[in-house]
Amino acid sequence: MTGMNENPGALVPELLLLGGAVVGLLLGAWLPRRRQWLVRLLAAVAAVAGLLATAVAATGPDQVVFGTSYAVDTPTHATRAVVLVAVLVALALSVDGTRGHRRETEFVVLLQLAALGAVLLGGANDLLLLFAAFLLASVPLYALAGWDKSGPGVEAAMKYYLSGALLGVTMLAGTVLLLGVGRSTAYAPLRDGLATAPAPVVAVGLVALLAGLLFKIGAVPGHFWVPDVTDGTPPAVAAIVTTLPKIGGLVAAYRLLLVAIPADWPLLVAVLATASMTLGNLAAFFQTSVQRLLAYSTISQVGYLLVVVAVAGRAAQAQPALLFYLAGYAVTNLGAFAVVAALPGARTLDDHRGLARRRPALAVALAVCLFGLVGTPPTAVFVGKLTMFTAAVDGGFAWLAVVAVVNTVASVFYYLRWLAPVFRDGGAAREVAPWPAGVAYACATGSVVLGVAGGAALPLLAGAPLS
Amino acid sequence: VLSVIVFLPAAVAAVLLALPRSVPGRVFVGAWIAVCVVDLALVAAAWVGLEPGGFRHEQRVAWIPSAGISYHVGVDGLSLPLMAMTTVLFGACAVFALRETRRVRAYVTLFLALQTVSLGLFVALDLILFFLFFDLSIVFMYFVIAGWGHGERARAAALTFFLYTFLGSLALLLGFILLYLSATPHTFDIVELAAADPLAAGGPYAALTLLAIGVGLAVKTPTVPFHTWLPPAHTEAPATGSAILAGVLLKMGTYGFVRIAMPILPGAWRQYAMVAVVVGVVSVLYGALVALAQTDVKRMIAYTSVNHMGYVLLGVGAAGLLTGPDEQARQLATTGAVTQMVSHGLITGALFLLTGVLYERGRTYDMAAWSGLAARTPVFAGVFAVAAFASLGLPGLSGFIAEFQIFTGALPAAPVATALAVTGILVTAALFLVALQRLFLGPLRVPDAPGTPRPVPDLHLSEAVAVVPLLALATVIGVLPRFLLDVIEPASRVLGDLVLR
Repeated sequence: MTGMNENPGALVPELLLLGGAVVGLLLGAWLPRRRQWLVRLLAAVAAVAGLLATAVAATGPDQVVFGTSYAVDTPTHATRAVVLVAVLVALALSVDGTRGHRRETEFVVLLQLAALGAVLLGGANDLLLLFAAFLLASVPLYALAGWDKSGPGVEAAMKYYLSGALLGVTMLAGTVLLLGVGRSTAYAPLRDGLATAPAPVVAVGLVALLAGLLFKIGAVPGHFWVPDVTDGTPPAVAAIVTTLPKIGGLVAAYRLLLVAIPADWPLLVAVLATASMTLGNLAAFFQTSVQRLLAYSTISQVGYLLVVVAVAGRAAQAQPALLFYLAGYAVTNLGAFAVVAALPGARTLDDHRGLARRRPALAVALAVCLFGLVGTPPTAVFVGKLTMFTAAVDGGFAWLAVVAVVNTVASVFYYLRWLAPVFRDGGAAREVAPWPAGVAYACATGSVVLGVAGGAALPLLAGAPLS
Repeated sequence: VLSVIVFLPAAVAAVLLALPRSVPGRVFVGAWIAVCVVDLALVAAAWVGLEPGGFRHEQRVAWIPSAGISYHVGVDGLSLPLMAMTTVLFGACAVFALRETRRVRAYVTLFLALQTVSLGLFVALDLILFFLFFDLSIVFMYFVIAGWGHGERARAAALTFFLYTFLGSLALLLGFILLYLSATPHTFDIVELAAADPLAAGGPYAALTLLAIGVGLAVKTPTVPFHTWLPPAHTEAPATGSAILAGVLLKMGTYGFVRIAMPILPGAWRQYAMVAVVVGVVSVLYGALVALAQTDVKRMIAYTSVNHMGYVLLGVGAAGLLTGPDEQARQLATTGAVTQMVSHGLITGALFLLTGVLYERGRTYDMAAWSGLAARTPVFAGVFAVAAFASLGLPGLSGFIAEFQIFTGALPAAPVATALAVTGILVTAALFLVALQRLFLGPLRVPDAPGTPRPVPDLHLSEAVAVVPLLALATVIGVLPRFLLDVIEPASRVLGDLVLR
């Protein structure tokens, strides 16, 4: 089987990200500080080219390449597309915050490497590649968290790194355990091997493996770094850290549970989903810092996404729900962070007082994004949530759908806590950064367009993963 | 045809937005009036062509098939009269807006958008489409109140209105999703859901669904105890905004009961109809008594809306209680409720426009500041008196037809409740007579501007052209109601059969 399918042509989007990062790093070393925007431009070109390559690849047949280690199928295409769009958005979002900074090149390169890690997570079809992708998606983000060398940023990077190191080692231990009893790291043979393996060992191995992925996506119990990193870093970094790894990590968890693990473990994931959405919501209730509020909001959003992972393979709607929700979440979450980035002076909820009168367009964009995160029609997350509810009910987890609905209703409270001052009078005029503001408008529009076009997009996401 | 009626205002609004800012305001208002005339002609054509039974002019386009969402529109005898009333009321507001001078371009486009949303809601036959229009109506009305209301307090009132009704709409969405999940195959289509009756078995799930939908609609209607957003929103809104809010947006709540709650959840509705009756009667009495205590004329009219919407709830609740062979009473109660929606829209719309006239002359709604206006402004006094009499249900005017039918229909179902509700009429009669006496009789007194006495001119031509047709229609319905009832009655018979399943 090996030797026949080592076809680099199947990995053009990944290679473009890698090439963009390497060339960008070299280029940035030679460019004067005010010309570093060329690196950003290069990264954007690479991302656009990657999107085109993804579109071309998506029309071709599904395949497994490089032995059985990497699957090029519908979930991978979707991961590539969402990650690359997120990279483009993040590049535009960070212009005002990083332009002319002495480490501007590093920012762009780290972003690209983290994106590459996220894509590889989504496509990994082998435990070893999964772990390599985990490292590639983690290490650049540790550096990115400490990128601005501010006190809170360094503390956040430290915390991020330590929990990542701990849970990464746990994940590696889980990999070893599963290899030991399953006699393979490739997903398909692993499935056969695990079918006859002692169940307790499989359980321990799976839990240890999931620990790493839960850390990556910032779900309970691997969520302790999320609030500190999100609150302690610049908004552009926070947006990247709370969006990119989730896309890859959730697809990885979905693929792992569907393809590699024989007995299904829906209850375990369902409990994790419940814990994630509930704890995230409860913690978000009385936050005063917008970035910390968004941090907890992302934890609860991951909980909703895990609902779909719990019913992986049990409901026809599960995969479209997961991929569409991820796309909608990425656009909407980036839009919300873009508003934060556009108002560098406003860090607390109360700082947003009077925004609607001074910057009505920005206030509307914020409202669309926050209502989008709630899941109000016609935004993308609504369609995602709706298909998620359907999948949960069809998959025999009606109680999980109820928990998700209750949590959604509760989440309205803290989003409205942010919106209420925006539409009140008073407050001081603030500077608005133009690029992030533009990104916020684009993301808000995108969220609505994606929601309205959901009918066309959902059937495209239904192709089952290869094994 | 329906899509044209619904989206014509939005299309014109888009064109108007593309015009340069130098275009005078009259052009915008003129375009708005033209839109209303065209829409009215189209609605009239649909009215003439309407045949009883089922939905007409149906159109269904797949939107998100995998989630059971489609663009599905159609009219029947319940929605068409409300569409006609909506178009007429927007037309009246357009004529009234000829005297508006503040940011006319934005004002007209906002109202055109609101018109699209309102008409769309009444033709929507898909729950998500319904919800979309429901929510957008809240958003646009927020901007109308915040942008053209009376200063700082208007923005606070608008925010209260928005938060309150938005939370209500989320309860509604929750109910819709519960309905969606209960049906096999999952669908949001109102017609399919009504045919399938997915929650016929009853139980706590059905009760919870009805509760979520009921609360969502009750906030918008509004009934006691969810009415607290209404008085500040009405008091601070501009006259046209109040007229649309009371005339059209409140109907979205009551229309939801007859379009969604009753046909899709018949079992649960029959079981809990008494709740609707009680809430309706409490709203009738509470609204009337609180209105009696008001000194602010606009606030008083706002509370009479609570009172009038209470009658609607009494009617639809009674229709759920009448499970016996008493088909005529059931049909009377439902028909009365729909007639009351149309009648209230016309009459209260007129009353709010008239208070706008009052405010424009004297910058105050305080009844104590005015007296003896009948001598100075006889036309205004006459029109106001007709509107007030129509609102209190004088025979010969549309309010009487509606309320009489509701009472006759509800009497066999809930005699005590109906008897209590009739006393509401007495209180409304008293409060309107008191208001008329304070404003128009006695020695002349007008609120003075600092230094000079104000000129208080009588109704201008555009104001009269806006208000008088509304009252004329109310009179026509009061004297010759058959043309309206012939449309509503078959539809309410169908509805009654659906509830009785």
